[in-house]
Amino acid sequence: MLEYLLDLAAATLRLSTPLIFAAMGGLISERSGVINIALEGKMVVGAFAAAVVTLSTGSPWVGLIGGGLAGVLLAALYGVAVLPLKANQIVAGTGINMLAFGIPPFVAKILYDVTGSTPAISLAERFSVAPMVLAVFLPLVIWSFLSHTRGGLWLQFAGEHPSALAAAGVNVRRIRWASVLTAGFLAGVGGATLSIFLSSAYSRNMTSGRGFIALAALILGKWRPLPVLFACLFFGLADAVQMRLQGIQMDGFGKVPVQFIQILPYMITIVVLAGFVGRSRAPRALGNS
Amino acid sequence: MQRHWMGRHLLMSLIAGLLGLTTGRPVWAASYRVGIVLDKGGKDDKSFNAAAFKGAQEAEKKLGVQTKVLEGRDDNSSEPMLRSLAEKKFDLIFAIGFSQAEAVKKVAAQFPDRHFVLVDSTVTSPNVASVIFEEHEASYLIGALAALTSKTGKVGFVGGMDIPLIRRFQMGYEAGVKGVKPQTKVLVNYAGVTGESWNNPPKGKELALTQYNQGVDVIFSAAGATNMGVFDAAEEQKKLAIGCDSNQNWIKPGFVLSSLLKRVDVAVFKIIEDGQKGIFHSGIIKYGLSDQGVDFAVDQNNEKLLSPEILKKLASLKADIIAGKIKVPDYYVVAKAK
Repeated sequence: MLEYLLDLAAATLRLSTPLIFAAMGGLISERSGVINIALEGKMVVGAFAAAVVTLSTGSPWVGLIGGGLAGVLLAALYGVAVLPLKANQIVAGTGINMLAFGIPPFVAKILYDVTGSTPAISLAERFSVAPMVLAVFLPLVIWSFLSHTRGGLWLQFAGEHPSALAAAGVNVRRIRWASVLTAGFLAGVGGATLSIFLSSAYSRNMTSGRGFIALAALILGKWRPLPVLFACLFFGLADAVQMRLQGIQMDGFGKVPVQFIQILPYMITIVVLAGFVGRSRAPRALGNS
Repeated sequence: MQRHWMGRHLLMSLIAGLLGLTTGRPVWAASYRVGIVLDKGGKDDKSFNAAAFKGAQEAEKKLGVQTKVLEGRDDNSSEPMLRSLAEKKFDLIFAIGFSQAEAVKKVAAQFPDRHFVLVDSTVTSPNVASVIFEEHEASYLIGALAALTSKTGKVGFVGGMDIPLIRRFQMGYEAGVKGVKPQTKVLVNYAGVTGESWNNPPKGKELALTQYNQGVDVIFSAAGATNMGVFDAAEEQKKLAIGCDSNQNWIKPGFVLSSLLKRVDVAVFKIIEDGQKGIFHSGIIKYGLSDQGVDFAVDQNNEKLLSPEILKKLASLKADIIAGKIKVPDYYVVAKAK
């Protein structure tokens, strides 16, 4: 039994790792007032870049940073569109997502003459636990930054009362730029964990909607670091449990159909969002830049 | 006028003939054009689509046909791609994957003078050939192989998207396991219920780890690119996995026990070869164990994992299935009967 629980806990952590990085990126961006629905796209380029960098340097740590930097590049493009050019943030984010899915096949064709996936990374060059540990500590770091530093306070004001912040002589746009780029880095790292930690290569569209699940976790956790961490862990747990429940006999029902188990995490999210966590309030100035 | 045209025609064929001599392949045959629309997995899935792509490449090399391979990003993109190939008057148009059945049905009706080939599903139309593989027969052998190799008495199955096609693999596999060792337990997991299930290696790895942790030591994985994750798990846990569709033994040598071969490449090549000669049969074309349309892979990457006794047993089971002495349950038939 203990072994089973430990196994379940490990699976939960593994499955949550990419979500936590991406959701924390989304949190930083949205708390500063910039909507971030392009998490999925940044994860895709992050996963791809991390695999490429790890393959060429042989070090997953360099790969992890490479994945983050790829996310930063994409975030910079998004930043230009929504900050100085004031594009609609939802539309620009959707565009970035679409663009992101086109980048890996294009670059992979040039580098490896394939359009689907990168070559495999050997076992020795992959992470075994490190990203999981980072993922658990990251929300603590972000929490203490937001609530105990001047920079964190500025960031919160940029999202709640940008005019008050401007009146105090702080450049709101500069803060939002920093947040958007940091979000790109974290989402890129989240994607990187998919290709160099949870599997052994980048493969086509491997994010499978995890960027959007991270976004749901962000809302479920009410844009606060520790609740968002728990929301991510909850999604991971639900996924881990459904894997173990598939095909198990339940009294009176016969076999549980796999379709039902698969929708469990999503159904729980809707139920929780509808009733149990109260109103989930977004930062007041979210989307106005 | 007529003479002038004839003269030019003669000159052209002369040039063509000379070109043919220099390149070593007949240039006039290159006018036979084949369009192929792959499904979401894409040509680098190292699995089902990769097999189709391989067949097309071989046809281009050996038969000198011109091929154009397209891959869709989602299930909705295959219809416009099929239509555009038909509009460009491609002689033979392949749709690879069950998810394209509806699109083929529609487009084939709109272009009755074009020939279509659908792989893995059936459409009834005078200009459509439907290629079906008898996956359950080979799955039976894979099941027997897994059960005979397992030391723990527990074997696993990881499916991609939960669809009748993959259930067919599963049913054949389970029958094979029980056929040789009735007390062996089979654990079954599916990666999901959407097209994304074919492209989710992290999920595949997690499912495989779950099964390995419950005592499974051999997993048969029929999940497209998601298989990569199952192989990663096998490598990490020093257990065994079995690949599907293409020969995947090379991906993690020593950890991939064998692969169920579904010779989509052979089927694609054969149909192009016939088409070039002007032969096209509409209706259902079946590939099974008897014509090596499905099989299991033995090569230098896995020969050390397979003992002669097991190979002998598999050979006799194979002969029995072909001879009809073993009736492998077919999910398509069983599901219909329900």
